[in-house]
Amino acid sequence: MAEYSALSILKNALSGNRHWKPAWRKPDPKPSYDVIVIGGGGHGLSTAYYLAKEHGITNVAVLEKGYLGSGNVGRNTTAVRSNYLLPENIRFYEQSMKLWENLSHDLNYNVMFSQRGVLNLAHTPAQLDDYARRGNAMRHLDADAELMTPEQIARLVPGIDMSRSARFPIVGGLMQRRAGTARHDAVAWGYARGADRRGVDILENCAVTGFLREGDRVVGVATTRGEIRAKKVAVAVAGSTGHVLRMAGIERLPIESHVLQAFVSESLKPFLDTVVTFGMGHFYMGQSDKGGLVYGGDLDGYNSYAQRGGLPIVEEVMSEMLALFPSLAPVRVLRSWGGVCDMSMDGSPIITTGPLPGMYLNCGWCYGGFKATPISGWCFAWTIAKNAPHELNASFTLDRFHRGLVIDDKGQGATPRLH
Amino acid sequence: MSPRRGNGGRIDRTRTIRFTFDGRPMTGHAGDTLASALLAGGVSLFGRSFKYHRPRGLLSAGVEEPNALVTVLRGEVREPNIPATTTEIHDGFTAVSQNRFPSLDFDVGAVNGLAGPLISAGFYYKTFMGPVLGPLKGTRFWMICERFIRRAAGLGRAGLAPDTARYERMNAFCDVLVVGSGPAGLMAASTAADSGARVILAELEPRLGGSANWSAETIDGTPASEWSAEAVRDLAGRDNVRLLPRTTVWGYYDDNTIAALERVADHKPAPAKGEPRHRHWTIRSQKVVLATGAFERPLVFPGNDRPGVMLASAAERYAREFGVVTGDKAVLFVNNDGAYAAAAGLREAGGTIAAIVDMRAEISAEARAIAAAAGCEHLTGHAVVGTEGGKALSGVKVQRFDAATRRLSGEPRHLDADCLLVSGGWSPAIHLASQAGTAPRWDDGLQAFLPPAPTQAWLGAGAFNGRFSTAQALAEGISAGLTAAAGKGRPAVAPAVGNAAPFSEPAPVFEVPAKGKAFVDFQHDVTAEDVRLAHREGFVSVEHLKRYTTLGMATDQGKTSNVPGLAIMAETLGKPIPEVGTTRFRPPFAPVSIGALAAERFGDIKPERLTPMHDWHADNGATLYAAGLWLRPQIYGLSGETVDQAYVREARIVREAAGIVDVSTLGKIAVQGPDAAEFLDRVYTNMFSTLPVNKARYGLMLREDGFVMDDGTTWRLGEHDFLMTTTTANAGKVMQHLEYFLDVVWPDLRVHVTSVTDQWAGAAIGGPKAREILAACVTGTAVDNAAMPFMGIVKGDIAGAPVTICRLSFSGEMAFEVYCGAGHGTHVWEALIEAGKPYGLVPYGLEALGTLRIEKGHVTGAEIDGRTTAHDLHLDWMLSKKKPFIGSAMLGREGLVSDERLSLVGLIARDNRPLNGGAHVVDYPDEERPRYSLGHLTAACYSPALGKHIALALIRGGKARHGTRAYISDPLRKRFGEVEIVSHHFFDPEGTRLHG
Amino acid sequence: MLIPCPYCGPRDVSEFTYQGDAGRVRPDPASTDQAAWNAYVYDRTNPAGDHHEYWQHSGGCRSHLKVTRNTLSHRILDVAFARPSTAHASSRRQGPRP
Repeated sequence: MAEYSALSILKNALSGNRHWKPAWRKPDPKPSYDVIVIGGGGHGLSTAYYLAKEHGITNVAVLEKGYLGSGNVGRNTTAVRSNYLLPENIRFYEQSMKLWENLSHDLNYNVMFSQRGVLNLAHTPAQLDDYARRGNAMRHLDADAELMTPEQIARLVPGIDMSRSARFPIVGGLMQRRAGTARHDAVAWGYARGADRRGVDILENCAVTGFLREGDRVVGVATTRGEIRAKKVAVAVAGSTGHVLRMAGIERLPIESHVLQAFVSESLKPFLDTVVTFGMGHFYMGQSDKGGLVYGGDLDGYNSYAQRGGLPIVEEVMSEMLALFPSLAPVRVLRSWGGVCDMSMDGSPIITTGPLPGMYLNCGWCYGGFKATPISGWCFAWTIAKNAPHELNASFTLDRFHRGLVIDDKGQGATPRLH
Repeated sequence: MSPRRGNGGRIDRTRTIRFTFDGRPMTGHAGDTLASALLAGGVSLFGRSFKYHRPRGLLSAGVEEPNALVTVLRGEVREPNIPATTTEIHDGFTAVSQNRFPSLDFDVGAVNGLAGPLISAGFYYKTFMGPVLGPLKGTRFWMICERFIRRAAGLGRAGLAPDTARYERMNAFCDVLVVGSGPAGLMAASTAADSGARVILAELEPRLGGSANWSAETIDGTPASEWSAEAVRDLAGRDNVRLLPRTTVWGYYDDNTIAALERVADHKPAPAKGEPRHRHWTIRSQKVVLATGAFERPLVFPGNDRPGVMLASAAERYAREFGVVTGDKAVLFVNNDGAYAAAAGLREAGGTIAAIVDMRAEISAEARAIAAAAGCEHLTGHAVVGTEGGKALSGVKVQRFDAATRRLSGEPRHLDADCLLVSGGWSPAIHLASQAGTAPRWDDGLQAFLPPAPTQAWLGAGAFNGRFSTAQALAEGISAGLTAAAGKGRPAVAPAVGNAAPFSEPAPVFEVPAKGKAFVDFQHDVTAEDVRLAHREGFVSVEHLKRYTTLGMATDQGKTSNVPGLAIMAETLGKPIPEVGTTRFRPPFAPVSIGALAAERFGDIKPERLTPMHDWHADNGATLYAAGLWLRPQIYGLSGETVDQAYVREARIVREAAGIVDVSTLGKIAVQGPDAAEFLDRVYTNMFSTLPVNKARYGLMLREDGFVMDDGTTWRLGEHDFLMTTTTANAGKVMQHLEYFLDVVWPDLRVHVTSVTDQWAGAAIGGPKAREILAACVTGTAVDNAAMPFMGIVKGDIAGAPVTICRLSFSGEMAFEVYCGAGHGTHVWEALIEAGKPYGLVPYGLEALGTLRIEKGHVTGAEIDGRTTAHDLHLDWMLSKKKPFIGSAMLGREGLVSDERLSLVGLIARDNRPLNGGAHVVDYPDEERPRYSLGHLTAACYSPALGKHIALALIRGGKARHGTRAYISDPLRKRFGEVEIVSHHFFDPEGTRLHG
Repeated sequence: MLIPCPYCGPRDVSEFTYQGDAGRVRPDPASTDQAAWNAYVYDRTNPAGDHHEYWQHSGGCRSHLKVTRNTLSHRILDVAFARPSTAHASSRRQGPRP
C-alpha cells in the first residue's frame, strides 16, 4: 500500500483522487488466528499494531461489533498528557507521551498530535502546593512540568478571567508543555491502517456472542460472523467490559460503567492554544484546529450504558466554563454526546493476563483511555506475547484491589463516580 | 427594481428599522430578519465557506441555514456564527460578516479553492508529518504547519470582553408540550387545551403559525395566515395555555425532560427591565407533541453553491412573508411537485419565473397548471448541470436527464437566470425523537427518514410524520392533541383546506451526475467527490463518512446535507440507504448560547459560605481566603505586614499569651438516639460508648476500604446525645456516610443524625492566658481545672448568650472551643475579644492555625488525602482491638501494611530557608535530573516556637529515618537543600502545655 | 431523569446523590472472611440492563432509596425506601410533610 506523503497527495490530485486505496481491507474472518483482539477501538487496534510490529505476531484479528473506532476513541475530548500524581501512572502515561511524539511517523498517518500544553489552574495557594507535589512527582520521573504565574497565564490564555475578585481567583497553574491534543479519529484509523499493512485482519460488524471454551481455557469466540478460534483471546472493550466478560462467566469486576458527556462549540477563530482545566470543579477545554471549543466535565454519576447524559451536568459544565471565560457566554454549544467509561475502583486501568486461561484483559480506563492508546496497546501486546506484564503495566493488575495495592490518584477510594 | 415588492405578512412597511451590516448603514422593516432585510437591500453575498472561502448566498430562510452566518455585535460583546435567517433586526442592530479577509467581497482565502484537489477530504491525515530525523522530527513540523492552519481556521471570532447580558433559567411543568406551531401544532395545542390540559406551545420563529404564514392555502375558508393568527389569538386568551415564541426546543432528555432556549430580548435594542437576554427552559411534560415540520433538501449538482441558488421553499417564504422577491429571472430546479408552490408565490409577489426545470418526465396536472400559469418555459426530464456568474448568479446550464437511469443526454443549453430555486424533497425534522430514543426508519416513497417508534411519551403530527399536506397536518394535530391530553375532550372536526398546495413524492435522485464541483455540505465544503473519495478509502459507514469528510459537522449539523450525503454513499456502495446507516441526532437540535445554560450561575458559579462572624473579620483587617466554598480569615495583617510576618506574629502570640480563631466552619453533626453510642463505636475506629457524659474524645473514621476518611472530636452531651465535629472539607461527605450506614446497613439502630453546622458558631481560644480570659467573661459555670478537665464540657453564658465550652486543643496550648447559637456568634466573639484585651489576645487566621498544628504534628486534609492509613499517620493507637468498625476488616491487606508505604515525619530545614508544601524529598539531590523521590512535603511553615523552617512530610521509611538527613527536591520552585528528618511532634511532644 | 421519591414525589436527578450498587452484601461486621469483604468493597455486577442501586435524596428528604433502573434506557422500574422502617412509617402518611 502506498505511503502517505505530500508527494502522494500531489500525484493523486493530478489524477482526480481516483486512485486512493482503502485505508484498511475488509476481509472475511479466517477460521482461526494466533490472537484475537476483541474491540476495534483505539486500544484494540494499537494492541494489534504492536503485536505485529514489536512481536512479529501478525496472524491476528481485531473484532469490532460496529464500525471501527465507534467507542470512546471517537468520543473523547482528545487531550494527551502525563500529569498524574502517582509514580505508576506517571511512568505509564509518560511512556505513552513518548510514543505519541513519534506516532505520526511510526504510523505514516498524521494523528495531529499537537503539543500545545495542558494547564491545570490553581485557585488557592494550598491547591498550588498540591499541583507542585504533582509536578515535582512528574519531574522526578522525567516528565516535564512547571508552575506558571498568573501573569504568564494571562498572556497564554486570552479571555481568561484573572481578576482577583473572581469567585475563585486564579493564583497560578501547573503546566505540562509537552502535553496537548490529537485528532482522535485519526488515531483509530492510523492504527487500523498500520495493523492492516502488517497483515492484521480487521473485522468490522463482527460482534462477539460468546466464548469458546475447552475446560477453563478460552480457545476462541462465537461471533455474528461465525466461530473463530484463537490461541489467545484479548479483550479491550472499555465501556462494555462487564457485558463481554459476562459471556465468559465472569459476573463481577471492580468496574462500574458510567456515562461521560463531552461538548463542542460552534467553530470560532482559534484563540485558545492550550488545554485548560478549572481547579474548583471539574472542567477542561481545548480548541480544535477546526475552531470548535472541545470541553467536558464530570461524569453524570450513575451506572449507565446509554451513551447519553442528562441536563444537570450540561448546566454544570457550562457554568464552569463561564467562570473561567466570561466572554464566551454568547458563544453557542453545537453538539453534545456521551461515552461510556469503565470506571475502576481506584481510577487506574487494568492490563493483565487472565482472568481465565487463554484470556487477556485491558479495561478500567476511566477518563484516561485516549491518551493511553499507544502505551496501552504496547503494554497489552507485550503481555499477550510474553504471557506476563511489562514492568510499565505490572501494577495494573486485576487483583490489586483485593490486595490493597490500589493506585488511587484522586484518593477517593472505591467510589468509581468520584475518580 | 427593488427586490422588495409586496407587503409580506410578517413585516410592517410603515416602520423603518436602521441597522448596520459590515459597517454599512442599511434599512429594513419591523418584522424583517437580517436575511430578508439584506436581500431586500440587494445583497446577494452573505458569507464565505469554511475551507475554500467560496462566496455564498442564502440557502434557506430558517434555522437550517449553512451559509449566511454573521457575527452580531453588542458593544464589545461578540456573538459569532448567527444565521442571518433567524436573526431579527432592530434599530441599532449591528452585524459583520465573518471568515473573510480583508472583506466579504474580496477574500484572499478563496485561493484555497484552487488547491481543491490537494485538500480533498482527509488530506490532513496524509501529510504535514515532516522529517523523521533532524530539528523538525517528532511533532515539530506538524506544529509549525498547524500554526498556519489555525490562523486560517474557524468561522466567527469570539470576543474577549466579558458578556454583560443576563441569562435566566426557568422550570415549567405541563400536561402537553407542543413543539412547533404550524397547522399541526396549533391544532394539537388547541385540542389539548380544549380537554383542559395545561399546554405549552413552543415555536422557534418569532411568529407562530409555521407554514400557514407563507402558504397560499385557505383554512376554514380564510387565508391560512389569518386562520393561524386567529388560532394563536384564541390560544393566547386561555388560562391553561402558555405560548413561547422565539423558543427553540433543543434537547429531549430522560423522562420527558425537555430543554428549550427562549431568545427573550435579542430582537430588541435592549432587554426590558428585569428581562434576561436568553431564558433556558427545563420543561417537564406528561406528553410531548412533536410537530416540528420538515426541512427542504437542496440538490447536488455542479455549481450548486453559487450565491443565488436557494431552496424553493425559502424563496416562497421571502416572497410571502417579507415581500422580498428573489428574482426576476427565476429558474426552478426540482424533483417534486411541492416546489411549484414556490413558483406561484414568487409570481404573486411580483417576481418572474423564467423556467421550471423538473428532472421528472411525468408530473401531475396540478404542477403543470402552475407552470402554465407562470407562462415560463417548462423543461421536464431535464436537470441543471452548472451555474454561471460570479458572486451572483447570471445563468444556468441545463441538459436532458433521465431520472430513472440517472443519465444525461443531449447538449447542455444556457438559460439566463438571476436566481435558481431548488427542491430535492423534504426531510422531516425528527431530531428530538431521535434524541429521545432509537433509530429512525427509511421511507422509500418519501425518500426520507421518518421518526422512530417512541421510547418516551411523545406523539408526532404533520410533516414531522411525513404527512406533508395541510389537511393531514390538521387532522394529525387534532388526534395528537386529543391523545396527549388523555382523550378527555371531544374530537374536533378538522377545518377544510382550500387551494391546497401541490405535493408529490420526490424522484429518488439526489445528485446530477455532471462534471464539476458539486456541494453536499455547503458550510464545510464537502463535495460529492469527497463522499466518493471516502468510499474509495473505505470510510463507508455513515459515522466514518461524517468524521472523514466532516459532512454534517458544521453549525447546521447537516440539516440539509445529511440525507443527500448518505444517498450518494449508498449509491456508490450499491446499497439501499438504510443499510448505510443513520446517524443518531444529539442535543442540541440547534446551537444554544452557553450563557443561557449557565443561567444564574453565570457570574455566580457557587455560593459563598460565610461564618456568623464574617463581618467582624472583614471589619478587623482579615485577609479572606477561599477554603472550599467558605471564606475564612487567612491573616489579620497589621499595616505593612507581609503574610509571613502576620502569621508568625499571630502564632507566636498564641503560644505567649492567647489567640482566638473562628472554627464555625467545622462540620457539626448531632448524633442522637438510644443507639447513638453503639453507632459511633461502629463508625469510629476508637471507642465512644465508654465516653462519659460531658466529655469529648478525638475520633478517627475510616472508609470501607480501610483508608482514613476523616477525624474530629465528638462530644457526649447526654446519654443519647452526641455532637460530632468533622473537618471543614469533609462535613458533607461524613454526613452522607453516616446517613448511608443508618439507612442501608444498620436500619435497626435507633439513631438520628442531623447536620447542625450552620446552627452553631464556634471560636477556639487557646494560649497560656486562655483560661483567664474565659474566667473573665463566662458566667454560670466555673472554668477551672476541676470544672473543666482536659476534654471536659461545660455549659454557661458569655455576655448573656448561652454557650457550650469544651476544653480541647488543636494548637497544643491550653485551649477551649466555645460554641453558641449562630445568631449569637458575633456577640460572643466580641465579648471574648473584649475580655481578652487585657491579656493580649489576638485573632488569628488559617496560616497561624496551620503553623500551630504543624508544630504539634496534627494531621489535616493534606495528610488525610484519601491514600493514607492510620498506620501511615501513626494513629494506630486509635484502632480499637475490642470491636469491629467500618474499615477494620480491610486493614490487614498486604497493600496497607507494606514497608513501601509513605509515612508521616517532620522535617527541619538545615539551611534555615523556607520550605514549601508539595516539594519532594530525596536521598541524592540532583538539580538537573531529579529522581528517586522518597515522598513529599504535605505542609510547611516557619515555626516561631522552634525558630526554624519546618515541614510535615510523607516519606518512605517514615519513623525509621528519624535523626537522618535527606534533601529537599523541588525543581518546580528551584528549591533544594538539606533537611533533617525528625518526629512530626516538633513542639511540646509530651503535651504539657495543653494540660496547663 | 426523574426519580419518584416515595416521600417527596418525582424529583429531578440533580437533587439526588448516587450511592451505588445495592446488590452487594456487606458481611457481618465481625466476619473475618477477607474474600467476602473484598468482594463487597470492590466487585460490582455492573449489568447492562436492570440495576438495583441506592440513591440518596440529598437535596430533599435525605432518605436513601433503593431504585431499580435500567442502565440502557435509564427507565426507573421500582423505588422504595432503603430503610424498611421508614417505608412502614410513610405508608401511613398521605401527601407530603406538612
